[in-house]
Formats: sequence, structure tokens, C-alpha cells
Amino acid sequence: MNNPHKPLEIHDLTVSYQRKPVLYGIDLEIEEGSLVGVIGPNGAGKSTLVKTIMNMVKPNGGYVKIFGRAPKAGISRIGYVPQRETVDWDFPVTVMDVVLMGRYGHLGWLRKIGETDRRIACECLEQVHMLPYANRQIGNLSGGQQQRVFLARALAQESSLYLMDEPFAGVDAVTEKTIVSILKEMRDRGKTLVIVHHDLASAREYFDHLLLLNMRKVAYGKTEEVFKPDLLQKTYGGRLSILSDMASKSAGVRVIEKEAYFTEK
Amino acid sequence: MELMDVSLFPAFDFSRVFIEPWKTPASVAWNGQVILMGLFICWTCGVLGSFIVVRRMALMGDAISHGILPGLALAFLFTGSLALAPMWVGACLAGLACSYCIEWLRLHTPIRQDAALGLVFTSFFALGVTLISLGAGDVHLDPDCILYGEIGFVPLSPSLRIGGMDLGNQALWTMGGVCSLIMGAVLVFYRHLLVSSFDSTLARSMGIRVRRIHFGLMLGLALATVACLESVGVILVVAMLVFPSVTASFFFVRLSSLLWASFPLGAAYSIGGFHLAQWLDCSLAGAMATFAGIVFIPCCLLGPQDGIIWKLRRGTNNFRMN
Repeated sequence: MNNPHKPLEIHDLTVSYQRKPVLYGIDLEIEEGSLVGVIGPNGAGKSTLVKTIMNMVKPNGGYVKIFGRAPKAGISRIGYVPQRETVDWDFPVTVMDVVLMGRYGHLGWLRKIGETDRRIACECLEQVHMLPYANRQIGNLSGGQQQRVFLARALAQESSLYLMDEPFAGVDAVTEKTIVSILKEMRDRGKTLVIVHHDLASAREYFDHLLLLNMRKVAYGKTEEVFKPDLLQKTYGGRLSILSDMASKSAGVRVIEKEAYFTEK
Repeated sequence: MELMDVSLFPAFDFSRVFIEPWKTPASVAWNGQVILMGLFICWTCGVLGSFIVVRRMALMGDAISHGILPGLALAFLFTGSLALAPMWVGACLAGLACSYCIEWLRLHTPIRQDAALGLVFTSFFALGVTLISLGAGDVHLDPDCILYGEIGFVPLSPSLRIGGMDLGNQALWTMGGVCSLIMGAVLVFYRHLLVSSFDSTLARSMGIRVRRIHFGLMLGLALATVACLESVGVILVVAMLVFPSVTASFFFVRLSSLLWASFPLGAAYSIGGFHLAQWLDCSLAGAMATFAGIVFIPCCLLGPQDGIIWKLRRGTNNFRMN
């Protein structure tokens, strides 16, 4: 390991909005090269966790360390993919402009975007199959395409730690497959990825580590060790219907997904 | 009534509107100064306004331009003169205070941004009016003049003298200076402005001080407003902040193109408005803003990017996809 610090270290983190605690006593250490899914019910504090790591929300107690540094300095090493609803899609920028923004962090104060940056941006767009749309305004894209543009921007950032808030929300099946394969490939290149995810059914096959979150950390570990009915029940509370549905549904869902995949191809 | 006999519009006389203003060297010099002033104002406001519009703060121009009034009034009360330097300082401080109050209310109370904006700028403006009527009596600094200043009097502005050298119109020099200052700042900070407007989280992770950029923009706005104020009044400032970028957005989809487009559009507004005022014999600032509105309508209908006609032909009247 060339880096003595963990990509993400969280100790006794407590965050509250107007005295109402949202996250309580979270301890977490994420190893380099893991693909982590953050799952939990609505209101479990998943987005708050992301916001705290990104220094948008100040914790009431505890700390976050990114490669051993406080968030303010550490976030320069994070590639962040925002939730789709938080982006202003009417903003006058093209797909290429957005991806090039990922390169700004690599540029000096007054240095202009160079050939290398453009080449990298093109490669990243190619990877998510969005190069033909490079000159489109971002509002004129489908939900899945929009998500892929932001993934391309994250790729162009060449960060060591990636943080993505619901990258699969409102995305078609083909895009979901594309994104998952890119995430796995990024992990294989030694990147660390933390992904907020809402779909329990697919979580098991997408991620190699899972963080089960419901205000407190219910469990964190390798997917096969954590994805257990008792822990999931603890996370999702008494709503057992989700769990019992899960087994029967996941088989059906997968068939539908495959069909969609082949017809669109 | 006498008005009934006269038609609303004077007869259009080509030579009076287009030839006469440019006939003699003296009239060329006079009208040239007016148009040059118009250009500076339209360009400065157009460039600043593009950022303000894409940041969804189109009415911030309104807020700042009214919010600087107490600053002007206090500067006048303290120094007892209409000298430019204290006016600038007062206006910039009041402008910043105004935008800071709006930010503070938005972040620390349940009040939303639009309500905070309405609340703050009206109280600032009212405070300014009160201060003026308290102390300034019947001096030149009256709110009417701030609202409807007259660009036609620009050539009457005193000459700028440095070391005995007569450099020409002072108002023009000031506006030109502010114009180039703001252009320079936008050139240097373009990337910072773009990223912090589009995605403030990304901007922060790149080490950009997003709040500083915001207040820098507000400061630019205050500067531009004061510079324009004595010659054109608030209405043209507010119009020029919004019209160029909104009109250009029917043609271009990139922020940089919107910025460049505000130059030809500004020229069109200033020259077109000038001749419109020649024809109608009306307020120049009003005519320039009106002309901007006249240019906007065909662009909105026919512009290649989401112009209304193309939508109708495609059979959809909905602008948004989702």
C-alpha cells in the first residue's frame, strides 16, 4: 500500500438538523479498492452522510477523514456524482462542457483547457457511450444519458475516491448495466467507490461491501457477510414485506431487465 | 383634450431619424458619446447579467440596484457632496450588505430566497428614500433621478482632467473603466464563475471559494449599477442585465456563447434604441430598453433553440421534457 491512510475514515459521527439527530455515532473505515453500497430505508441519513463527507453539512460531533485529511482539504480527492434532481438541467452547458469541468481541478490557475484534457474528456465520454452527444445541451438528454454524463465527468476527474448519490435513480436498464460495469472496472483499477443505493434487490450483485444504515450504522462489511435477513430486518425495521417480497420479486425483476436490455440493443 | 388631436406616434421621417443625428461633426460627437455610453452599459450589464440569469437570480439586479440607495444617501449626508469616490464606497457597501442580508435570511430562517429578496431590497430602498428626504432636501439626489436617469445628458458630464490634460467626458471614462474592469475579471475568473454557478459542490471540492465568488459577483453588480446610475437610471440597468442573455438563449446553448452574444446585442440595443428615441422623441434609456423588448419577441418566436414556432410545428407546446 503506497498510501498509509484509509480513503475514508469516519469516527463517532453525529449529525442533526435542528436538534433532531439524523446520523448517530457512525464509525466507519473503508479500505482502498472497495465498491461500497450504502443502503437503508428513506430518511435513514444516506444523503446526509454523503453531504457530511462532502463538507456541505457540519457534523455535531465526531469527524470525517478523507485520506487522513479533514473534509475541507480532503474533498479535492473525491469525485462526486450528485443526485440527478439537484442538477440544473436548463443550465447553458453542453455534455462536453460538463465533462471538461472534471478536468478543472487538474489545471493551474490561469492554464487553459489543453489537448490532453480534451482527449481525456473524449475517452471518458466514449467509455459511457455518450461521445455522439458531446455537443448537446444537457437538458436535451434522457435520464439515463444525463447520469452517464456525470459518470463521465467523475471519470475525467481521475480521483481516488468516488462518492455517488443514487446513480441508478430514474435510469433505464441498459444504462444501469453500463454504469455497473464501469463501477466494477474502476474498482479493479484500485479506485474506492461509495454509492448510495435504494434498491435492495440489486444491491447484492452490484457491491462487494455494504453499509447498512438507519440513523446508526447497523452493519458494515463484505456483502456476503452483511446481506443477511436479520441485519436487513434491523435496518428496515418491522417492514418485513420488503424482505419477503424480495426473494419472489428479484427473480421476476431480473427477467424483465434482461428483456429490456435485449430489445433496446 | 389636446392629446386627442395628436397621434400617439410622431410621423416617421427617415432623414430626421437616421441622417440628422450624424450630419455635422458636432452632432456626431454629441450623439456618439451617447451611443458609446449605451454600449458600455449594455456590455457590462449583459456580461454580468448572463451569470446572474443562469444562477437563477435574475431579480438580484433589481435588488442590488435599489439596495444601494441608502449607501448613496449616507455617503452624501456624511460628505455633503456628490463626489464620486464616497458615493462608490457607500453604494458598494450597501450593495454587499443587501446581498448579505438576503443570503443570511435564506440560510438562517425559513424564509425562501424570493421572499427574502423582496423583503430586503424594499426595506433598503425605503431606508434610502427616508434618509434622502431627511437630510438631502431638494438636492439633485432624488429617487426619481435614480429610477429614470437620462442618458441623453451624458455629453454634458464634466471633462476628466489629469495633470491639466483634458481627456474628455468623465462619465464615459468611469463607465468605460468599470466595463473593462468587469470584462477583465470575468476573463480571469470565467472557470470559477462557470463551475460555481453550475455545481457548487464540485467547485468547493476544487478549492473554489463559492461564497466569495457570489459576493464578488454582487460587488460587480453594485459597481456597475453605480456607474450607470447617474446617466441612465435603474430601469435600463435591470433591463440590460436580463435581456441579452435571455434573448441569446434562443440561439446558443453554451454560457460562453451567451456572453459573446451580449456584445452584438448590446450594440443593437444601444444603436436601435437611440434611433427609436430620435423618432419618438422620448427618453433614451426607455427607448433602449423598449428596443431590447422588441428584439426579444422575434427571437423568442423564431430562435433555433426552442423557439415557440418550432415547438408549435412539432405539435408540442410543452417546453420541458420531464
